[in-house]
Amino acid sequence: MKTKKLINDGARAVDEMLVGVLAAHGKHLYAVDGSPRSIVAKDGPRPGKVGLVIGGGSGHEPTFLGFVGKGLADACAVGNVFASPPPDPIIECAKAASGGAGVLFMYGNYAGDVMNFDMATEMLSMDDIKARTVLTTDDVASATRDQKQKRRGVAGNFFIFKAAGAACDRMLSFDDCERIARKANDATYTMGVALAPCSLPQTLRPNFDIGTDEMEIGMGIHGEPGVKRDKLQSADRVVDDMLDRILAEMSPSRGDKVALLVNSLGSTPLMELYIMNRRIAERLADIDVQIHATWVGNYCTSLEMTGASITLHHLDGELQAMLDHPCDCAMFRAG
Amino acid sequence: MTIDATTLKSIFSDIATAIAADRDRLCALDGVIGDADHGIAMELGFNAARDAVSALGAEADPTTIFNTAAKAFLNAVGASSGPLYATAFMRAGASAKGKSVLSDAEFVEAFRAMAQGIRDRGKAEPGEKTMIDAWVPAADAAASASAQGANAVAAVEAAASAAAEGAEATKAMVAAKGRSARLGDRSIGHVDPGAASAVTVITAIARSLTAAQT
Repeated sequence: MKTKKLINDGARAVDEMLVGVLAAHGKHLYAVDGSPRSIVAKDGPRPGKVGLVIGGGSGHEPTFLGFVGKGLADACAVGNVFASPPPDPIIECAKAASGGAGVLFMYGNYAGDVMNFDMATEMLSMDDIKARTVLTTDDVASATRDQKQKRRGVAGNFFIFKAAGAACDRMLSFDDCERIARKANDATYTMGVALAPCSLPQTLRPNFDIGTDEMEIGMGIHGEPGVKRDKLQSADRVVDDMLDRILAEMSPSRGDKVALLVNSLGSTPLMELYIMNRRIAERLADIDVQIHATWVGNYCTSLEMTGASITLHHLDGELQAMLDHPCDCAMFRAG
Repeated sequence: MTIDATTLKSIFSDIATAIAADRDRLCALDGVIGDADHGIAMELGFNAARDAVSALGAEADPTTIFNTAAKAFLNAVGASSGPLYATAFMRAGASAKGKSVLSDAEFVEAFRAMAQGIRDRGKAEPGEKTMIDAWVPAADAAASASAQGANAVAAVEAAASAAAEGAEATKAMVAAKGRSARLGDRSIGHVDPGAASAVTVITAIARSLTAAQT
């Protein structure tokens, strides 16, 4: 049975979305002339500033393009649904974002994204634009701790991009921007849970099978299988399972500060996210971990997947300053 | 036989037709161990490659045809299959450099270059449950058939059989590269979708060459 979507043509979904995004957010965003999949901040790039270019497949909105704006990313290369953008739009983004101080590429660690961004990096070196890459690898479920470099990048992108964008906006050096980006990635931990699949606009079919009474802990944001399939539990028990895995790795000390993101994968409503947040706040209070700031809502979705993720961003003074630095993006504002 | 621009264009057209017919099966295979979009990416890529090379004039040399296909495929798709197949076609283009048409042996050499390009770009080794597990045995089979005097049709037919065996063998493998690598042992028992689509591509090349020969 086909899923129901408000689209015109699956093959045109991404391009039609971008037209709609620019119609709504023309104050913040424009597309590079002749490269409609290269979305740039109107008030971002400037001489002497390290340019921050993010990107990845569509279907995760507001990730990635919603985080383009002053104080955060300068440009975003937009791929097909769940597919890396090719090198050309990445190159156009880098050119638009470049202020002569280097360009930082940041995106989730997926084989396709790595190949396309690396090809773009090779081609840009001929244009004298130096690009460096910081991969996001916040998904605790996607590999063991000693193989952190193999992990996927998921909702924690939000905090990692935020920190890097603030560093770039403060006109820090290329080395410092890269260092802060890596530090933010190392300090960010995400666990997800999926209850029901999503479907791609081109197929209109559920992208995985799951029983009506089941959940999958650790499922990826493209429906990649997770670490454990189980009968659906209460919100508190699911939160406990996810949080235990995060805290085991983060091992916070009493009095430590975190920023918290409770994210919907698409269909899970705010009511359920706040029920989860209630339990998270209780658990963190129990171990005397302070929540410096909380975001609850749709930040990194997987089309209409049902489920949620929890991200903790372990703050020190520097990361807190980056988090508190103001930004003004199409779909996100802070400070 | 002599493989000229017309034959190369018809090869790209025949691959596009075969992949389109196979799209839903490839998506279903990918749905088991990936994100169910492999058939879509392959269809987009080969449609773009077909359209771009068919727009080239009759005077286009093999290198131009392969490079045009590479650029069109890459920019239509991105994803993983974009860089992998684009690199394959660019390597085939480089191996055909300076030639106006390809002999049987030169075509097989271009075919081997494609497999090597995929291997270099993806940094995958045989046994890691990727399209390499179809492309490497296919290239080896084509090369050894060609060395024993087989023409391009016979060599690519041998490649297609070897690719099919290679793809079947991925069922028993644990994924070590790409998104499905995160599955570990749960990937066992399923054919790798990239290897499955490689079989479709190579079989289509063999059929296209056979048709061109007659």
